[in-house]
Amino acid sequence: MRCGAPGPRRIIASFPSADPCAGPGTVRDRALTPWRCKTFPLYARLVRYGFRKHATYVRGALAGAFTNSVFGILRAYTLIAVWQARPGLAGYDITDAITFCFVTQAFIGPMQLFGGGLTIPERIRSGDIALDLVRPASLQLWTLAEDVGRAAYLFLVRGIPPMLLGALLFGISVPTRPGQWAAFLTGFALAVIVSFGWRYLVALSVCWLLDDRGVTVLSMVLSTFFSGMMVPLHLFPGWFGDLVMVLPWAAMVQLPTDLYLGTAAVADTLAVQALWAAVLLGLGALGTRAIRHKVVIQGG
Amino acid sequence: MIELDRAGRSFKVKRSVVHAVQNLSFTVSAGEFVGYLGPNGAGKSTTIKMLCGILTPTSGTVRVAGLDPSRRRTTLARRIGVVFGQRTTLWWDLPLRDSFELIRHLYRIDRAAFAARLDELTGTLDLGAFLRTPVRQLSLGQRMRGDLAAALLHAPDVLVLDEPTIGLDVVSKASIRDFLLRVNAERGTTVLLTTHDLGDIERLCRRVMLIDHGRLAFDGTLDDLMATAPEQSSIEEVVTRLYTGSAS
Repeated sequence: MRCGAPGPRRIIASFPSADPCAGPGTVRDRALTPWRCKTFPLYARLVRYGFRKHATYVRGALAGAFTNSVFGILRAYTLIAVWQARPGLAGYDITDAITFCFVTQAFIGPMQLFGGGLTIPERIRSGDIALDLVRPASLQLWTLAEDVGRAAYLFLVRGIPPMLLGALLFGISVPTRPGQWAAFLTGFALAVIVSFGWRYLVALSVCWLLDDRGVTVLSMVLSTFFSGMMVPLHLFPGWFGDLVMVLPWAAMVQLPTDLYLGTAAVADTLAVQALWAAVLLGLGALGTRAIRHKVVIQGG
Repeated sequence: MIELDRAGRSFKVKRSVVHAVQNLSFTVSAGEFVGYLGPNGAGKSTTIKMLCGILTPTSGTVRVAGLDPSRRRTTLARRIGVVFGQRTTLWWDLPLRDSFELIRHLYRIDRAAFAARLDELTGTLDLGAFLRTPVRQLSLGQRMRGDLAAALLHAPDVLVLDEPTIGLDVVSKASIRDFLLRVNAERGTTVLLTTHDLGDIERLCRRVMLIDHGRLAFDGTLDDLMATAPEQSSIEEVVTRLYTGSAS
């Protein structure tokens, strides 16, 4: 992608001339110049690579889709039993409940709700993170771009099959208005970023904890319970119900699902998601700065 | 090109302080090919990380290509190439060529210059047969050649190599050594080479620095190094004397 004014054209001969961008003492590395626009193709390419990297393991993804579908059916029958006994629970009718079940099953892969998806903990343990830190690019943005590619691939391969199966076996509702689709897709994209922001912080914690197993289990419990994966968060009563709806995990599953169902106030919901995305990315940026002083101990 | 002035780096491990590098001073001029030796745990990797800007020195100063690495890490990254023999910067699941394309964007290399450099590197490192092979299917020798190409695509002034021949067979080692000599001779790239393979040192380095316990224990030409031991000693014996001598 070309953007901005073309600016002075850089002609670089072959070896040994160095990139003029890199001249010592220039202000170019700090200033916002048309060259900055060139960072976009880098991250766009990283999104593509993240997608293709996961596309290598298509059988693994299909096995995941099968598991998500089977568990979707089990969950659907449980929810049907509950909603037959208590119609209108959580403000959902029985079709909403079944739709909720399969939409949230579809989120497991893209939002990586059971944790993981990032290679950072492994790279911190092995010391490979040193190579990531040498690159003239932000570790956090680099990882985010790759993760967006991963989420896109898993949405297609692990997200859509459970929804189709749910539609076929039980019938699920589908947004009818274009605005509802736009709200859902925006909410879905924000949910991917919130999920990344949370997992990135969990991944960075390896630097301080040396082992990520404990924090990964804790994260999995929080992500499955407080996101709405287990049961719709609207079931929780009183202040607890209000609280869980504004926590970051709700922004990963419950809020985008409500946008899909059309039961949420669009602007408020997207605002909560955007706020959490910004907060978690901000904390991630601080964490990235902090690990520059830390990882090297294990680097070897 | 590389200047260290009483550079030191210490780590706090629990309540004690470990001095990985202490009071280290040396200068490497542009175009030099320097071997950087030392026993395991001597502080070689810590030095390399300070040179790349990953690690900030706790005392003294470090300058590479006129820049303070830890403060100007991003700018410096465009002028320095780094290869860690036991690690790879390539994308495991994607063809080698794709990793190079990413590097083109990462370093903002002009398309024409990139094509010319890749052509040249493909020729000298004999990459043609596996440019389109996923990295996970490459042999260690092929992968290392790929990593070297990746480190040189942006035409860095300085190349820092951390055990680039580790685990390679004699033929692969020879081809990598020949290539490094060419890079240094033809392009004038300054090379700092860390290795435990003394064959690398004999074949490649005019100057050798030896670090032990975080301090510089020897700095001189290869001949000076050999002169520290009785005549007829092999380089292994010479280096063993220095390692054990400085340890005692």
